[in-house]
Amino acid sequence: MAEITIREAITLGLAEAIETDESVFIMGEDIGEYGGAYSVTKGFLQKYGDKRIKDTPISEAAFVGAGIGAAAAGLRPVVELMSMSFSLVAFDQIVNMAANLRYMSGGQIKVPMVIRAPTGAGVQLGATHSQSFETWLAEVPGMYCACPSNPYDALGLLRSSIKSDNPVIFAEHSHLYGSRGDVPQDYFDIPLGKAKVTQSGDDLTLVSYGYGVHIMQQAAEQMSQHGVTSEIIDLRSLSPIDYDTLVASVQKTGRVVMLDTARRTGGMMSEIVSEVQERAMDWLDGPVMRVGSKDVPWPYNRVLEQDILPTADDVVEAARQVIKF
Amino acid sequence: MYRLMLLIRRFEETCGQHYSLGNIRGFLHLYIGQEATGIGAITPLEARDYIVTHYRDHGHALARGLDTNRIMAEMFGKRTGLSKGKGGSMHIFDAAKHFMGGHAIVGAQLPLAAGIALAQQYLETDVVTMVFFGDGATNQGTFHETLNLASVWQLPIIFFMENNLYGMGSAVGRVRLQGADFSDAMGAYDIHTVSVDGMDVVAVREATQAAIDKVRAQRSPIFIEARTFRFVGHSFADPGDQYRERSEVDLWRRRDPLVSYPNRLIEYGLATQSDLDDLAQDVDAEIAAAVDFASNSPEPELSEAFDDVYA
Repeated sequence: MAEITIREAITLGLAEAIETDESVFIMGEDIGEYGGAYSVTKGFLQKYGDKRIKDTPISEAAFVGAGIGAAAAGLRPVVELMSMSFSLVAFDQIVNMAANLRYMSGGQIKVPMVIRAPTGAGVQLGATHSQSFETWLAEVPGMYCACPSNPYDALGLLRSSIKSDNPVIFAEHSHLYGSRGDVPQDYFDIPLGKAKVTQSGDDLTLVSYGYGVHIMQQAAEQMSQHGVTSEIIDLRSLSPIDYDTLVASVQKTGRVVMLDTARRTGGMMSEIVSEVQERAMDWLDGPVMRVGSKDVPWPYNRVLEQDILPTADDVVEAARQVIKF
Repeated sequence: MYRLMLLIRRFEETCGQHYSLGNIRGFLHLYIGQEATGIGAITPLEARDYIVTHYRDHGHALARGLDTNRIMAEMFGKRTGLSKGKGGSMHIFDAAKHFMGGHAIVGAQLPLAAGIALAQQYLETDVVTMVFFGDGATNQGTFHETLNLASVWQLPIIFFMENNLYGMGSAVGRVRLQGADFSDAMGAYDIHTVSVDGMDVVAVREATQAAIDKVRAQRSPIFIEARTFRFVGHSFADPGDQYRERSEVDLWRRRDPLVSYPNRLIEYGLATQSDLDDLAQDVDAEIAAAVDFASNSPEPELSEAFDDVYA
C-alpha cells in the first residue's frame, strides 16, 4: 500500500499498459515533448519512444478519429484530450464513429479505445474551457464513461477501461489530480459500471461522482453534527449506471440528494433521478433532490464562478427539504 | 471488369426500383455513372489492403467483391444483410474483406482511414489503406486535418477523391474559388497528386495501380483525383435536374463507361458482342437471385435491436 495522487495513479496505469501490451499507444496534443498539459505523461516520450507516445497536431477531430481507426484495425489507443471542453471539436468522431461503428456494422467492428480528458470548472478558465461534457457523452449507447474520485478508483478504472473492447470516456476532474489516497501494490481492477458505497448511513443517500464525491463528504460531515447519518454513493461510472447499488441504498434510507458538478439541467443526474423514482418510489419518503452547477455559461470572475459551483451548503439545504434536522 | 461494371449498374437500377416499391427505405444514393472510377480504383488492391468509403458505397462494395446477396439484403434491412439490417444503404461493412464502411457524415471517414493507416505503420505491415470521398468533403475540416496528419506522419494511405462536380446540389465552383481543379490543392500538404479521367476504367486502374505500388513501397500518402459524374440525382429523392443543365448531364452520359468500355473491348477484339450478352445474362441472374435472397430473408428479431451495442 502506498499513498499516491490521482495524477500518479493515472501515470502508473498508463505506463503499465504501455509496458505490458504492445497494442497500447498514447496519442494527444503535447503529451510527448511537453509532457502533457497536466503532466500525466511526463517523461513518457523519452522512456517509451515516439511510436508509443505520439504528439499530435491541434486537430481533435482528426486524431480522435485516427484513434478510432487504429482501434478498428486492432490496436488499443489511449487518446488524451487536453480538456473535456475540446471534445466538442471531435464530437462527430466520438459519437458517430467510436460509439456507432459496432452497431451499424452489425457487430463486425470493435473500438477498444480510451479517451481521457481533464474536466470540470473552478479555476477561472471561462466559458469555453470549463465544461463537463462527459454528462452528454454518458447518454450515448455504445460507449462507457468512467469518472474516478480517488487514486484507487482512478487506477482500477483505467485498467478496466484500457482492457475494454469498447470505447471509454475517462473523465478526470482537474481539481483532483493532486488528491491523495492509498493504492495497493498488488494488481486489482474495478469493473466499469460498479458504484461504491464510500460511507454507510441510515438517514439519507448522497449520490455523486468525481469531484462531487468530495463535496458530498463535506456535506455528510456537516449533517452528522446534527445527528443525520448519510450513506455516500460514488457512482465511479456515468455509463453504465449501477442502479442496483442506488436502489438498495434508497430502500434503506428513503431519502436521496444527488450532486452533479456539471450543469444541473439536462445532465446525467436528471436521468438518474428519473430512474430511481421509477424503481424505488415505494421506498421514497420525499422528492429525490438534485444539486448541480447553475444553468449559465461559466463566468471567468472568481466570485461569480464560485457562486455557480455547487457547495456542501447547497447539498445540506437540499437535504433539509426531505429530512428535518 | 465489364461484368463488374454491369453488375454495379444493374444493382443500382434494381435498388431504384425497389426503393419505389418500398422495399428499400431511408436514403438511397446511387453510383450510376461513376462505375469506372470505383472499379478502376478498387480492383488493383490486394485482399490485405483496407477500404473506407462514403455513403454512395454500393458500387465500392460490389467492386471489392462483397456478397451481392448480403448487400441487397442490407438494402432491404434484413437480418441476412452484412450489418444484420442495422446499417442500411449508407453503412455497408465487411470487416473480413477489410471493407470498413460506408460512412454517412461527409468527410468523417477520413480520420478513421488515417487511423487504419497509422495502425499499419505501427504494425510495420505493407498494407495500403484507400479512402474515398467526394468533392463535397473537401470543404470539411476533417479533410484538411487528415491530409496534414497523413503528411506529417507519412501514412501509407491513398486519398481517392471522386470529383463528380456536385456536392448534392452545389456545383463545386459555387463553394470553392478554384472550382473543380484540384491538381494544385495538395501542394500545401506536400502530398503527391495524380489526376485521372474517372470515366475511363483502364486509365483509373493504371493510375491507381501505380499509386498503390508507390504507397506500398514508400509508405507515404498519395492523392488521386478522378473526374467523374453521377448520371442520376444525389439521392433517390433528387431528380438531379434542378441544379444541372440537361446539356451537361447529356454531355457526360455520352461518355458512359457502360457504353465506351464494351465498345473498346469489341474494337480491340478482346470480346465479341455475344460474349458481352452472355455476361449481361449472367449479371441479370445474379441480381435476380440477390433480390430473391433479400425478399425471402427474415426480418431481424426485435431483440436484435439490443445486440451489437457493446462488444
